Amino acid sequence: MNREDSDAPHHLEPAATMPQAQGTRRPDVRASTGQRGVGNAPCKVEVKDLNFFYGKFHALQSINLKITEKRVTAFIGPSGCGKSTLLRTFNRIYELYPKQRAEGEVLLDGQNILDPKQDLNLLRAKIGMVFQKPTPFPMSVYDNIAFGVKLYQKLSRAEMDDRIEWALRKAALWGEVKDKLKQSGTQLSGGQQQRLCIARAIAVKPQVLLLDEPASALDPISTARIEELIYELKSDYTIVIVTHNMQQAARVSDYTAFMYLGRLIEFNDTDKIFTNPSQKETEDYVTGRYG
Amino acid sequence: MEPLHTHTSRQYNEELEDIRNRVLQMGGFIEQQIARAINALAQGDAELGERVAKDDYRVNEMEVAIDEECNQIIARRQPAAGDLRLVMAVIKTITDLERIGDEAEKIARMGIRLASLERPKDSYVEIQHLGNHVRQMLHDALDAFARMDVEAALQVAREDLQVDREYEGIMRQLITYMMEDPRTIARVMDVIWSARALERIGDHSRNICEYIIYLVKGKDVRHTSLEQMEREAREGN
Repeated sequence: MNREDSDAPHHLEPAATMPQAQGTRRPDVRASTGQRGVGNAPCKVEVKDLNFFYGKFHALQSINLKITEKRVTAFIGPSGCGKSTLLRTFNRIYELYPKQRAEGEVLLDGQNILDPKQDLNLLRAKIGMVFQKPTPFPMSVYDNIAFGVKLYQKLSRAEMDDRIEWALRKAALWGEVKDKLKQSGTQLSGGQQQRLCIARAIAVKPQVLLLDEPASALDPISTARIEELIYELKSDYTIVIVTHNMQQAARVSDYTAFMYLGRLIEFNDTDKIFTNPSQKETEDYVTGRYG
Repeated sequence: MEPLHTHTSRQYNEELEDIRNRVLQMGGFIEQQIARAINALAQGDAELGERVAKDDYRVNEMEVAIDEECNQIIARRQPAAGDLRLVMAVIKTITDLERIGDEAEKIARMGIRLASLERPKDSYVEIQHLGNHVRQMLHDALDAFARMDVEAALQVAREDLQVDREYEGIMRQLITYMMEDPRTIARVMDVIWSARALERIGDHSRNICEYIIYLVKGKDVRHTSLEQMEREAREGN
């Protein structure tokens, strides 16, 4: 839609406006359409010319994109396209594994988090992550959440209680576990465990929340709860979600990035991506003509 | 956009093809309804008029059946991008087609009434002319839909301006006619309703062309001027 799309598909940011109403068009008819999530919200994370390698394999090829603050950005694409890899560079979790390295810049509020001098613990306090499989620690519901908070903050008992209730309420889990706080987190259902992990991630009050397939192992009702939660959380957090489920991306996100073979093919308003994508590859993928 | 790219799901592909074909089938039948209605009126053939009016139920049935199938596709497949636009365009197109069917029925009913009255020597040649014009417009619109041809759709939209002018000419002529001889007013009013119905068919055909531009280009050109429509349709995606 904007001219940039076709010229430089690898350097994209969400277009600020939908196609302009101009000329003789009467403006009232379309005044309210296609405006979701746009406006002048500032950029929270900026990826600049990012390349990623698994040993010799070049998994991400000069990615450029801007993640808007307090909005939901979804990464979609077929398996192995690099969407999880991209997400994992945002809190440098890939460094847990040998022979993985990133080149380029990922700027969080203008600061390069790939800088070797960056304090990793501090970084991960600012950028929380939730994985595909629920990963509760083998301890009580209460301690699952307190564990992360204790790493970064010294809270009194009462303050900690408040924080845990706050996080559980935010994660829409409080009602279900308030009488089982001493029970093991592993005894909860899959959907509850995943919401527990989200509560754990938000308890440290991060600025950015990374969700890697957060609902792919869950039943439809738990999925709907998580999606509802994402919607609620975006007023406070910048959320980036990787999902295989295109309908989910369409439902929860404001912006969608389509990736293919390690490249960013198209990045735009979610509305645009799912109704009228500008790239052929995107069209094929979202309509199921891929492969 | 290349809509005929095959889907990973062959079944889905067939469903999408099916609604396209059924729209064309419905459109073809309505073209026939218009032609027969005009003949009934021009030739004072009340029996033919009756048949056209009676056959309108088939148009309604087709509309309901296609709507149903579109519902099924949305519920089961959650179409996106080009597929979504196809389903949306089909749903809108059949609404306009159904209305065109109603207009044809109206003309047929006027034909039945006029058959019992005194007939002018020219056999309502101006109505026949306007009728053929809008029937051709509908034909071309359906053709553009089948081929997803934006240029052809724009051509049809341009034709609508001609139809509007032709309609105004007929109105002026008929008004003069009534002023000269007020005894003809009752009869001429029926002719006016028929001309009006034909003019509306032109408008509906233009609407269908707007849906074609939406389908192919993803741009909503409803309620815009012809110039704007042309500009939007020719711009790159």
